[in-house]
Amino acid sequence: MAFVVEKPGLFTIVQDLGRWGGLSRGVSLSGPMDRFSLLMGNVMLGNDPNDAALEMAFLGPDVVFLDERCLVLVGAEFDARIDGELFGAWTVRRIAPGGRLSIGGTRRGCRAYLCISGGIDVPLVMGSRSTHVRAKLGGYSGRAILAGDVVELGAPRPLWRAAEGFVCPEALRLSRSPDEPIDAMDGPQVDAFTEKGIKTFYGSAYVVTDRSDRMGCRLDGSALEHMGGPDGANIISEAVVHGAVQVPGDGKPIVLMSDCQTVGGYSKIAVVSSWSVAALAQRAPGSEVRFRRVTTEDAVWRLKKFEMDLWSVAELRATHRSRPSLPAF
Amino acid sequence: MYDIPRFISLGEACLVVEFSDAIEMAANVRLRGLSRVMSGEKISGLLECVPTYRSLAIHYDPIKLPRRALVEIVRSKLAESGAEAESFGRIVVLPVAYGGRHGPDMSRVSAHSGLDEEEIVRRHTARDYYCHMLGFTPGFGYLGGMDDSLATPRLENPRAMILAGSVGIAGFQTGAYSVDGPGGWNLIGRTPLLLFNPLDEKNPTLIEAGDWVRFTRISDVEYGAIRRGVEAEYEPERLDPCGR
Repeated sequence: MAFVVEKPGLFTIVQDLGRWGGLSRGVSLSGPMDRFSLLMGNVMLGNDPNDAALEMAFLGPDVVFLDERCLVLVGAEFDARIDGELFGAWTVRRIAPGGRLSIGGTRRGCRAYLCISGGIDVPLVMGSRSTHVRAKLGGYSGRAILAGDVVELGAPRPLWRAAEGFVCPEALRLSRSPDEPIDAMDGPQVDAFTEKGIKTFYGSAYVVTDRSDRMGCRLDGSALEHMGGPDGANIISEAVVHGAVQVPGDGKPIVLMSDCQTVGGYSKIAVVSSWSVAALAQRAPGSEVRFRRVTTEDAVWRLKKFEMDLWSVAELRATHRSRPSLPAF
Repeated sequence: MYDIPRFISLGEACLVVEFSDAIEMAANVRLRGLSRVMSGEKISGLLECVPTYRSLAIHYDPIKLPRRALVEIVRSKLAESGAEAESFGRIVVLPVAYGGRHGPDMSRVSAHSGLDEEEIVRRHTARDYYCHMLGFTPGFGYLGGMDDSLATPRLENPRAMILAGSVGIAGFQTGAYSVDGPGGWNLIGRTPLLLFNPLDEKNPTLIEAGDWVRFTRISDVEYGAIRRGVEAEYEPERLDPCGR
């Protein structure tokens, strides 16, 4: 079955975990800006971790469901209602056939994910349902959703209704503090920068500019000095990843995000950890960013910790119906 | 080319194996050999290998495949594939209608090089170009080996829209735009073939890294005939979803 879009929101797109297999052919990975929220949402519903969801930014959509589903809204905190009743984040709710979900603006953070039992069933393109708008690839006709679109849903897994009412414990929610430092590891061309440039990068505050999008988070702040002047910014084009911090000749860092190209020709002073890329995805233009120098081991440790949290949530969801309610004090 | 390739971390989930500090064919052939043997095997946690000019980027899941284990695998594969003489790659023939409506900047290249259109086409089709890597847009090949006499600086004012298939020159580089988009290359012709077709599951891009690209001249009439064939095969499904 499906849902019908009444209002599309500001920029609402279908995303799964991304399009692997096309990087060597120049096809961007895409996928969610905050992959950890998408994973949590799917696990809370008992979905496959790679099931496609709606990514919304700043202003969410209004949709009407044609059949019964369980829903959860994760990531940034948006105002949302199901048939007029408050629909809080991190809480699984059931929606009836004909039920209306209205999502308003964000109160904190930028991007949220609406995960639906069974996932969104747009056609696979090169193995993924992720939308890459610039290449008009994947998702719903290669673009953001519009009013009147009918978005098909996949078949829910057995026992999907059991997730109803499940609330993610506070401690396991991904709440990103606006002053959380952004973890970064030294990049392949860290030596292309002066000592002062490297000190500036890890030691000063940057601001997210409004020229940031799903391709890159463009920062403003102290310029970073290349060895040998601005010409030192250029390298032989090579592979990039999301999180890579490219510094063009003007010295202003750009953190590459989900829709970044597969290769780039600017020197990379650092690479932001996967965990912190998702935190950066929740910073609106005007927010402050401070980098913290970490090792790859630190970054892997953080991923492992998340994996354990994900297991805990899966466990709690599977048993939440059979747990006795706590006695009232 | 380095005696021993360098291992460089690109974050916690990508390992770069660098073979040289310059663009050279020998390094590119070796890294493609490594890419082939790595991709040919089921290695748990290995996500994708991306060959570029002088290095191979290996994307991996560091929880399933720790960096140290990956480095060990790469070392052993390098020892195996080290002496292997890589095949010469495929030759991909790109039919191109030069000049006229397909190549609006032919006169600019002519003025800059001092060659007439006939000679420009002769020199452009006289060589096979080695594709070092794909990138920039899906299916765009970074081609090496253009005749220096054709080098022409980029347009001062890039075009807002260039159609896929357009063949251009920028500085000492030549190439074909694989998808519609903005760009500043001097356009000298256009190929009717699809360089990127996401509906083709096996070969979504016409060119792959390691191929040799050979441009051949076709007439405007031939261009039309080939184009109609391509559209009959693919275009109905690729119709712009926004209905433009």
